[in-house]
Amino acid sequence: MNCEQMESHLIAYLDGRASARERREVDQHLAGCAACRSRAEGFRGVWNVLEETPAPEPSAWFDARLRQRIAVEPPPGIWTRLAAWLPQPRLALASLMLIAVGFWAATASRSQLPAPAAQNPVAMSEEQNFRMIKNMQVLENYEVLKDLSAANEPQGD
Amino acid sequence: MVRSDVQLMLGVKQGDEASFELLLQRYRRPLCHFLNRMVRDAAQAEDLAQEVFLRVYRARREYEPSAKFTTWLFRIATNLALNSLRDGRHRQSEISLDAPAESQDGSEMPIEVADGAPVVEEQLVERDRVEVVRRAIFALPEKQRAAVLLHKYQELDYDEIARILGCSVSALKSLLFRAYETLRVELAPLVAPEASGPGPGGNPEGKLP
Repeated sequence: MNCEQMESHLIAYLDGRASARERREVDQHLAGCAACRSRAEGFRGVWNVLEETPAPEPSAWFDARLRQRIAVEPPPGIWTRLAAWLPQPRLALASLMLIAVGFWAATASRSQLPAPAAQNPVAMSEEQNFRMIKNMQVLENYEVLKDLSAANEPQGD
Repeated sequence: MVRSDVQLMLGVKQGDEASFELLLQRYRRPLCHFLNRMVRDAAQAEDLAQEVFLRVYRARREYEPSAKFTTWLFRIATNLALNSLRDGRHRQSEISLDAPAESQDGSEMPIEVADGAPVVEEQLVERDRVEVVRRAIFALPEKQRAAVLLHKYQELDYDEIARILGCSVSALKSLLFRAYETLRVELAPLVAPEASGPGPGGNPEGKLP
């Protein structure tokens, strides 16, 4: 093992998660490399310093505030429940479509795209209806999408 | 018998409030600590920690124990922290970079004191030391910072951290290496005295082998 390879093995060696073989190889390298030995000692020193550094504790009102926030939460799956409450499935579908059309119109006008559906919702094709229902599901889950895109976005390191 | 995170979460899914309460007790502190070190603003960190619990609560009906609970929890926390830092960057750029750290992070953090209060001077030295470390951690690039916090403070395994950060285990290892290398240079003045002998606040009982 050489100095460059330490980048992939030194941390696991120091935190005790390296395999027996990995450990042996790092030991061999450290025995003959003063620079990497000094780095390893430095890492241990950093870890001790980090362990000694406290973080602020949660405030005494943490739970109370969380309960307040939970209390005002809408029930889960509010759209599906709304649909279930409505006596007729067709009425439920129509309501969902109306909401979707409203949202679509708002976003479309903001991005300056033509929005014919918003002007004449009655004349929509089957295909347009289908797309709107799909959009509804995306709207309901947009937070998940946001999280996923945040996770996949490359971070500067 | 202690119920596992997954058992508790399945309880929450069934509508058991007490299970949620237990998860809250278990992870309130680690989440607040993690977020505090991530965003370095006590009030904001607490707000984000609540948001994490809120999202867990919201997702309870759909919960399936496919991954470790901590992976899920800290993935939510990490994403929220990164989004929050991104949103706040513009705002922060308007604040003078030379402003004292105290005004940025509201560090009214009480210094933990053992029996018998040490003299004020010792408290100040300790406070400076804590501040130097917190600044050094915060100066790391965000992904490196999250990796260090999850590795050193949460002690999650590599596979879990890699999943949380959305990278490979080998990428994580070099991420950690580079982060600790930066900290080794930045914190050299704090590390050096201990290498030559036990200094104040030395930690002979470190978890490392």
